[in-house]
Amino acid sequence: MKIAYSWLQEYLDIQVSPKDLGEKIERSSVEVDSVTQPSDGLKKIVVGKIMSMEPHPDSDHLQVCQVDVGDDDLSQIVCGAPNVAAGRKVIVALPGSRIGGNVKIKRSKMRGVVSNGMICALDEIGFSKDVVPKEWADGIYFLPEDAKIGEPVFPYLGMDDYLIDVDVTPNRGDMLSVYGVARDLGAIYAQTPKLNHPKVEEVATAAADKVTIEADEKLAPIYKMRIVENVKIQPSPLWLQIKLWNAGVRPINNVVDVTNYILLKYGQPLHAFDYDKVSGSTIKARYAQKGEKLTTLDEAEHDLDEKDIVIADDQKPIALAGVMGGLNSEIDDQTTTVAIESAVFTPTLIRKTAQRQNLHTDASQRFERGVNRGGVEEAADAAAQMMHELAGGDVLKGIVTGSSYDVKPVVVNITLSRINHILGTDLSLDQVKAIFKQLGFGVTLDGEKYTVTVPSTRWDIHIPADLVEEVARIYGYDKIPSTLPSGPTTVGALTEKQKLMRDSRHVLESLGLNQAISYALTTDTKAKQFMMRESAETHLSWPMTADHTTLRMNMISGLLDDVAYNNARRVKDVALYEQGRVFYKDSEDEVRPSEHEHIAGAVSGQLVVDPLKNAKHNAIDFYQLKGIVEKYLNNLAIKGDIEFVATDQYPEMHPGRTADIFIHGHYVGFIGQVHPSVAEAYKINQTYVFELDLDALIEMPKDMNQFEPISKYPSITRDVALLVDKSVTNAQVLAQIHKRGGAYLKSVHLFDIFDGKNLPGGKQSLAYTLTYQNPNATLTDDEVNQAFEKVQKTLVSELGAEIR
Amino acid sequence: MTLRDDLEKIRQEREKNIKDVGDLKKLDALRVELLGKKGPITQALRGMRNLSADERPKFGQFANSVRDELQSAIETRRDELKKALLNKQLQNETIDVTLPGKPVAQGQPHVIQQIIDQIEDLFIGMGYQVLSGPEVEEDKYNFEMMNLPKDHPARDMQDTFYITKEILMRTQTSPMQARTLEKHDFSKGPLKMISPGVVYRRDTDDPTHSHQFHQVEGIVIDKHITMADLKGTLELIAHELFGDRFDIRLRPSYFPFTEPSVEADITCFNCGGKGCAVCKYTGWIEVLGAGMVHPNVLEMAGVDSEVYGGFAFGVGPDRFAMLKYGVDDIRNFYLNDVRFLTQFSKKG
Ligand SMILES: [Zn+2]
Repeated sequence: MKIAYSWLQEYLDIQVSPKDLGEKIERSSVEVDSVTQPSDGLKKIVVGKIMSMEPHPDSDHLQVCQVDVGDDDLSQIVCGAPNVAAGRKVIVALPGSRIGGNVKIKRSKMRGVVSNGMICALDEIGFSKDVVPKEWADGIYFLPEDAKIGEPVFPYLGMDDYLIDVDVTPNRGDMLSVYGVARDLGAIYAQTPKLNHPKVEEVATAAADKVTIEADEKLAPIYKMRIVENVKIQPSPLWLQIKLWNAGVRPINNVVDVTNYILLKYGQPLHAFDYDKVSGSTIKARYAQKGEKLTTLDEAEHDLDEKDIVIADDQKPIALAGVMGGLNSEIDDQTTTVAIESAVFTPTLIRKTAQRQNLHTDASQRFERGVNRGGVEEAADAAAQMMHELAGGDVLKGIVTGSSYDVKPVVVNITLSRINHILGTDLSLDQVKAIFKQLGFGVTLDGEKYTVTVPSTRWDIHIPADLVEEVARIYGYDKIPSTLPSGPTTVGALTEKQKLMRDSRHVLESLGLNQAISYALTTDTKAKQFMMRESAETHLSWPMTADHTTLRMNMISGLLDDVAYNNARRVKDVALYEQGRVFYKDSEDEVRPSEHEHIAGAVSGQLVVDPLKNAKHNAIDFYQLKGIVEKYLNNLAIKGDIEFVATDQYPEMHPGRTADIFIHGHYVGFIGQVHPSVAEAYKINQTYVFELDLDALIEMPKDMNQFEPISKYPSITRDVALLVDKSVTNAQVLAQIHKRGGAYLKSVHLFDIFDGKNLPGGKQSLAYTLTYQNPNATLTDDEVNQAFEKVQKTLVSELGAEIR
Repeated sequence: MTLRDDLEKIRQEREKNIKDVGDLKKLDALRVELLGKKGPITQALRGMRNLSADERPKFGQFANSVRDELQSAIETRRDELKKALLNKQLQNETIDVTLPGKPVAQGQPHVIQQIIDQIEDLFIGMGYQVLSGPEVEEDKYNFEMMNLPKDHPARDMQDTFYITKEILMRTQTSPMQARTLEKHDFSKGPLKMISPGVVYRRDTDDPTHSHQFHQVEGIVIDKHITMADLKGTLELIAHELFGDRFDIRLRPSYFPFTEPSVEADITCFNCGGKGCAVCKYTGWIEVLGAGMVHPNVLEMAGVDSEVYGGFAFGVGPDRFAMLKYGVDDIRNFYLNDVRFLTQFSKKG
């Protein structure tokens, strides 16, 4: 809401600049989006008087005007506005001036005739089209007769005022009015704002004779009406128009403007009905009925819902209660009798109606946040009296009431020590008492206990904590000291799981993978790729886009999206890992998925980018990524053997280049190449991936015995080269070697693998180094030879190996 | 010619020869020729038996001295030649030290992870636990127990991805306040906890909005926790993450689960507080929300709000990273462009 500095000055003695005032509001009450002057960015725009005009010789709509702009000579200005008229005072943008939209005006020629500037319409000097009064929408604006020629126009249009745009939090609905802001500033500056209360001049006729009201208290806890007869519809006086347009409200006529003015001033939304357009004399606040329609003042037709509240006459809805009036009861130039509605509607109902009908108005915004229940009648009185003064109306006697609510002040107790205890301050009894008084609260003191009576203007305050906040903000957050929690010491440490998760990340980073964070919400298709187990899907009930509808059940698909993003930008070398959650459901009936920590990697192109190497030969392959996974698992010190078992069970993986990973016989994940057709669908280059169940890895027993004394006895090695069928795997060979290796076989290393042309078809050559060592004695060659012999025999007999 | 004259001649000639030898092989040949069994000195010593008993010792002495001289000349020459050879070899081994170093593999943590780790370490040092909660949350914890009943207007402030009526993607890490408050045994001491994690909002992704982002929740509940403690703690976060020259200021705000509620601003990075376009000429930038835990939140979790109280805060690592590094589009954090990820590798 934009609050005019000058309007506040009517009620308060403000000693600070508008900018400082804005800062004070921000630090003490609510956020301030900006402090601006409507004339910001405009210059050399002055009052001019059109002394004479004659048609442009070469145009049928342009007029050549001689304009007095306060210089010795008249200025010739060409103007095309339809309402241009001699004798009028107008807005003149002089040569060298700057008008709205940062446009510069120069001396120019229009169809051959010199024009020394421009005569302006309101929207040309920065007015939003939404606030320009209809009568001035299609032409230039006429300034008041007493405007001084040659002077800047800004003061005449309220454009020299400062507008403070407050961004009101949901709890501070009271700040959505000038009175509310004035009251809060009064508290901040310890002043009592001079707020006036209306005295209504009524005629003898009773309003109750003209109208009866029925209002359901559940819909409208307060519903009141005043009747004003014999109004004469006219434009409002300029001062009122200025107040409205500076607040972003379009002036319409002296009746509608009054209701809007009261809304801005008191925060109480009002609605004015044309009494003569209401059928019958009973007005009801009720739920809409099935099939009812209403065209609102903005000329939009609404299909009403049975939960919408409407105001209705005996035949039809005439307003969408608390949101917008109906076109069928609109105030127009012929209106003579006005019914002014001043009411309180149930906030949640208004909120839902505004959402349902997608119609958010100044009124609905206020009703949603609540309004001052103690100010409903005062607003009606003020409006009626203004219509009397500005539109010559006769205010009928009394207020007609459909529903009313006995507004009781809220009483809250709090002690000084409680306040100081929560704030960490050392405020005195008097200091706090003064703050409550500044806020306009009633306060009595019993020992150190305050009994605070909160007026209806602050309907957000109910409990002691609310009072603590009031004290804190009025006292000033800047003055609150800065300390750290005292009291018993607590030990802060990461849990084992958290440490392992951190270690996991560090290990993979040290091995060359960059941490990625991808989206957990993905498409249906991607969510269920690369699955490590069966699971039902978890869908959002109302997704925002088709790209993010389903919770992921794997990490790899997100990483492949990342690879695709990089590949599309010609970044070919991508090495990523991600640690995050996948979401499984055991069955469709399960509502809430279980969450599991996984860790996954994806590498495409070169892991170590070396421009001096052939990128193709240096590209990631199965074994390089396997090395990373092995190293990672090793680093986590998980007890038990790690096994890689070939698998073709993942539809998204290369059937010949994928392995399940088992630790001590437990399945923990898989590794391999992304299936070429899946890679194509993702639009990515050849990519290798792995995914591991991190929760499982964390749970597994760890090998804490990492140290083994280094033997002082020498080791002996033997090499063996085997010719075996290609179908024989390294794992099979190792298994046989270990089975028959004997007590002193310490380690076995594959050192050569060859399947070249000069081998018999279907064969490969594998060469291993076996290392023997006795930790307690020096081994003899004989001992080693015997053991080595056994191994060789086994390889021949079990694997059909030919020893080379 | 006497034997002595012969030797003298050999000495003079050969010493010169030795100096002229150009490689080690030839030098070795010369050594054999001069000092070997068939060499002139050996010959001369052999011929000594023809000399008188008087002359023998003198001549012997002379012959030995010639031999020593030649030997030493050969050694010197050998060293010279070796050195020259080595120098030549080193010269040939000269490399271009300006060629690039060989690349090694090194990955790095995501910039948001870096900020989360930094926050975790700071709070662990102050005795906080680090807890993580579910990303798929119950409405009860995400809203109701955070003092946001079903019809609360503030529910509009955070558009929510619902899965069913009661199950949703958490919109904040605040539900961890309720979850830990419910479980904490206050007889064992105060509750001091932070909870980092991923949160979700029903937003359209654009430079300043992401449907997925991060939060770090913090809560401290004990018998004597004050707003001043909150202020000091927030200052510490600002100093740790951004540096000591950054100040914070608190402003009133509104969150249903705290009362009083504040928004914390930090000195503008761009202008250092003088005022610029980034901070809308205020000198301050909003970085986090905080407040004193609302009594309703405590009571709903079964904690006596008359006895216990404290503060809570919520920090946005994404926003911190954007501010700290001047990243102008939040989507960068989730697209994982390698060129983006690898920029934040400098320590400190
Ligand atoms: Zn700045």
